[in-house]
Amino acid sequence: MRQRTVLDEHEITRAVTRIAHEILEHNKGPQDLVLLGIPTRGVPLARRLAERIAGIEPGVDAEELTGSLDITMYRDDLRRSGRRKVHATSIPAAGIDDKTVVLVDDVLFSGRSIRAALDALAALGRPRAVRLAVLVDRGHRQYPIRADHVGKNLPTAASERVDVRLRETDAADGFTGDEVLITGGEE
Amino acid sequence: MALTSLLSASDLDRRTAVELLDLAEEMATVAGREVKKLPALRGRTVVNLFFEDSTRTRISFEAAAKRLSADVINFAAKGSSVSKGESLQDTAQTLAAMGVDGVVVRHPGSGAPHRLAQAGWLEAPIINAGDGTHEHPTQALLDAFTLRRVLHGEPASGAAGTGADGKDLAGATVMIVGDVLHSRVARSNVRTLHTLGASVVLVAPATLLPWGVESWPCQVRYDLDEAIAEFAPDAVMMLRIQLERMHQAFFPNAREYTRLWGLSAARLHALPADAWVMHPGPMNRGVEISAAAADSPRALVLDQVANGVAVRMATLYHLLTGEDSH
Amino acid sequence: MRIRIAGARVLGGQAQDIEIADGRLAEPGSAGRPDLTVDADGLIALPGLVDMHVHLREPGREDAETVETGSRAAARGGFTAVLAMANTQPTADTAGVVEQVWRLGRESGWTQVQPIGAVTAGLEGTRLAELGAMARSAAGVRIFSDDGHCVSDPLLMRRALEYVKGFDGMIAQHAQEPRLTEGAQMNEGVVSAELGLPGWPAAAEEAIIARDVLLAQHVGARLHICHVSTAGSVEIIRWAKSRGARITAEVTPHHLILTDDLVRSYDPVYKVNPPLRTAEDAAALRQAVLDGTIDVIATDHAPHPAEHKCCEWTAAAMGMVGMETALAVVRLAMREEEGFGWDQVARLMSRNPARIAGLPGQGHGFEPGAHANIVLVDPGAPHTIDPADSASLGRNNPFAGTEVDTAVHSTFLYGHPVVLDGELQAPHPASKEDTWPL
Repeated sequence: MRQRTVLDEHEITRAVTRIAHEILEHNKGPQDLVLLGIPTRGVPLARRLAERIAGIEPGVDAEELTGSLDITMYRDDLRRSGRRKVHATSIPAAGIDDKTVVLVDDVLFSGRSIRAALDALAALGRPRAVRLAVLVDRGHRQYPIRADHVGKNLPTAASERVDVRLRETDAADGFTGDEVLITGGEE
Repeated sequence: MALTSLLSASDLDRRTAVELLDLAEEMATVAGREVKKLPALRGRTVVNLFFEDSTRTRISFEAAAKRLSADVINFAAKGSSVSKGESLQDTAQTLAAMGVDGVVVRHPGSGAPHRLAQAGWLEAPIINAGDGTHEHPTQALLDAFTLRRVLHGEPASGAAGTGADGKDLAGATVMIVGDVLHSRVARSNVRTLHTLGASVVLVAPATLLPWGVESWPCQVRYDLDEAIAEFAPDAVMMLRIQLERMHQAFFPNAREYTRLWGLSAARLHALPADAWVMHPGPMNRGVEISAAAADSPRALVLDQVANGVAVRMATLYHLLTGEDSH
Repeated sequence: MRIRIAGARVLGGQAQDIEIADGRLAEPGSAGRPDLTVDADGLIALPGLVDMHVHLREPGREDAETVETGSRAAARGGFTAVLAMANTQPTADTAGVVEQVWRLGRESGWTQVQPIGAVTAGLEGTRLAELGAMARSAAGVRIFSDDGHCVSDPLLMRRALEYVKGFDGMIAQHAQEPRLTEGAQMNEGVVSAELGLPGWPAAAEEAIIARDVLLAQHVGARLHICHVSTAGSVEIIRWAKSRGARITAEVTPHHLILTDDLVRSYDPVYKVNPPLRTAEDAAALRQAVLDGTIDVIATDHAPHPAEHKCCEWTAAAMGMVGMETALAVVRLAMREEEGFGWDQVARLMSRNPARIAGLPGQGHGFEPGAHANIVLVDPGAPHTIDPADSASLGRNNPFAGTEVDTAVHSTFLYGHPVVLDGELQAPHPASKEDTWPL
């Protein structure tokens, strides 16, 4: 199976930094901002974004900015796919009502996960606005969903697989550094 | 372990049991949300098939299913033998024809849920909600959940990896006192607590212990005072005693039972100061448990009830989602 | 009718020809031209089997079994005589009912049906049934049993044992202390503790056997113990026999091989009275078969309609069918026991029960002049037991799916082939006439 790296650690760091700047710029500062990562890899990405924002904006505590939003219970394929592990949902102490919530995920593909995330969010409260930040947009959308902040647009074949590896979640055997990989496709 | 039905606590290995308890912690957070409901079982139908009245258990399962957005049908079946009406087979096949996705069964006869799951009458997952004097596995799970929370702490606002998440009950000593012979709660608890690494001590008169109890993964004592002194348990679980039993010579009378095996105020004080008091309910105050014990700050009786819904949500989610093999 | 059975191994010995003329065995070569020749190459010839313990359900539960269907099942199982238990509806506790069963058996003509009479009226255990009237009836009842219930009242048991001495009768006891087995669902042991099913202690059987062997010896009466199921019972019977008591005992094929572990499935096909016991009990029973402590293997064939078994364990009826698969199961159960050959099969499944039940035409040797009740057995016929392949109405066979290697090939009832090559033929032609030899 063919496998190639499309983003290395350095590029990922640059993309996160750029998205952090974009978010601040669009929100006109860090006020009322909440970053919710979608498990698994959206969670460390949200934390990295928050840390970058805290580095740019003095007085911001990255911890208070971030949370995680598990979407398992809101998926539309619970019946068909294998049994899914449920991850924790944690919301910053200030809640999400009237906040600008930025959903953070690693790869945007069909859009179904984000559809589920919007449902999950609605059960938790009523944000003023919801935005979406992803590290990679690989296309092939099945829902009318687009990302507001994209690390890299990556044209892919539907048969290819895109894997994001981060040190927080994947630092097991053979891990050499953060990267985005494409596997498969035409031989 | 691929769990297709929950019939007995022995269906659960340590990993699956801990997974269910962790899942129940997530489910428990739903009660604190703006919308106390998850869409996970939307469009799916759960039947509460109760051949024996138990409003508490039925309501707990009903709330669990509804919080997961399932449609719930309550089916109070009368009688259990062919002479008394519809047979178990006909009932099962009726439910299968209606296309139910999960069946919660309460039955006065031991093994009826096994029969439903294994006779091939219907494909849906079966959850044993108490069968005769056999088992009541979700009660054991909620007891384990309750104990794990008080021994290891609740996870802080759902942050994974903190509090009790992922932990079992290794090192804990739990004493189960009373009518073990007729108790499905005791059978399930001995197994589940053992699976989760706890030491279990049964304390009862020999008449209320099953023949062959020495083959169970637990210790057995007849004298409650000596057992408390010997084991200094982390929790005592008092079982409900049915007073009719004294007419069947299981014990002389309620007075003697209470004196020897009741959790009196004096015995409560004899327990370690940090020991917890549990009871699956409904309690016979003044018989197996004194008011002092039932109302003490160490009593977990209401926690057990409250945790029942989360544990049953976890069980339903676990059995009704995933592989479409059902 | 003249029949020549060519090359059968009588009791497993050398192949020889057997000739039958007019319902009896004839000198080889004396019978002239046979009407029927059966090629018995490789087959074993045994005296027709005698089942001391069957439930034919008629009158009363014809949906479960009838004398006709039960007789067909008997013939297919190689049984040329069966003793029909008294727990019918109405109970076989009067001359009228036992004569009815006896007559139905004669009219069927597939096997010899000998009724057993009840010990107590209505099996209620409170007063004696009309034992003398049943003994003097056309059915000529000699064995009395409340099977399904225990004659638990010690005084009543003593009186019954004494009373039937007058006509060489015998009590067959279903040993089950009722107070110790109230609500009991399975053997009391580690499995019942785990399954939460009320236990049936071995002591409940053994206590009654101990009491009754003492009573029987005290009053000098014959006593037969039905379906012995525990190692302790075997010990008590061995002891009683050593003291010279006139005790006989039977075991079922299923108690020789099945154990209470099977109940873990909660499948009611394993629900039976007495319950399946432990592997140690089964081993003790096999040993007792070998050493003669147990005299008889009898099936306790107990057919039930599907609805009594297609339900939860606690609501299900107790009992298993067994006549058609008895021989195969006994061979399977005893396959590793040294010294259990065809002669032992004949002893436990034909000669002993015929002698105990007092059936002169049954359980004979192969000498000329004997009644021609014979079964031909194929010892090398591997097959899988299928409850649907049955002449009995009952499908509650716990051996469904079991691989066995023994099959009944042919059954000759008083010289008439009722089963040939595993297939039912026709009932004995004299069954509707006065010339019927039974």
